[in-house]
Amino acid sequence: MTPEKIIFLIVAGATLVSALMVVTTRNIVHAAFWLIAALFGVAAIFAILNAGFIAVVQVVVYIGAIAILFIFAVMLTRKDLRDTSAQQNRNWQAGALIAALTFGGLAALFQSWEKLSVAAPAIPSSFDAVAELGSQLTSPSAYVLPFEVASVLLLAAMIGAVYIAFTRK
Amino acid sequence: MIPLSWYLFFSAALFTIGLFGVLTRRNVIAILLGIELMLNAVNVNLVAFWRYGDVAAMTGQVFAIIVFAVAAAEVSAGLALVISVYRRSNTVVAEDLDLLKF
Repeated sequence: MTPEKIIFLIVAGATLVSALMVVTTRNIVHAAFWLIAALFGVAAIFAILNAGFIAVVQVVVYIGAIAILFIFAVMLTRKDLRDTSAQQNRNWQAGALIAALTFGGLAALFQSWEKLSVAAPAIPSSFDAVAELGSQLTSPSAYVLPFEVASVLLLAAMIGAVYIAFTRK
Repeated sequence: MIPLSWYLFFSAALFTIGLFGVLTRRNVIAILLGIELMLNAVNVNLVAFWRYGDVAAMTGQVFAIIVFAVAAAEVSAGLALVISVYRRSNTVVAEDLDLLKF
């Protein structure tokens, strides 16, 4: 048991517990705060994976923007479905069964894959992951097209969100 | 060194927890919270395969960034829809929203 493994197990356990609280807690505001905890855990997993830039983007975009947006939306729509009424629908046993079957299926699939315990290749000390990511995102021979499509998608979502939530006087 | 399987099992567990939330929650916003968990599980997988595959090819990280953009678009459009629906019908319970039901 190396220190790395112990840190991974602690972070992963905390993340999964937070994720369980997100889907089971009665109070939606608390669920949003538990989501922030789970997102922090995932950011720590990215840091363990040597993906520092992704970890920072996770904190800035997910926790700084998306989680705050969720809290705003919860506060704006809190008039009904208070914490006293049921938060789970009638078919929650069926939902739990489907989720358990999905996990079982994925686990069985992993067991039958021979590259499961492959070792991570060493990262050369001269390799700058952030610079490489930036040049690949903007290079026409690499991923500039998906990058531009993603930005057009964001623009369309922004215009759509403004249009949908707009109130005519 | 942590084996790749740990990351895969972790992200599978995170994905199924999110799936459970999407399938069982009554509040529309809570359903969107479940979708966020599922997108995060996908991102863990993408970055883990980048680290354990070809590190010089940044494919996993590039697509993790694109998943971030998709998640931001999904949340902004989804929450705008929720707020618009709440204004119109004064509810955020998914099973009460039957305007489109025939």
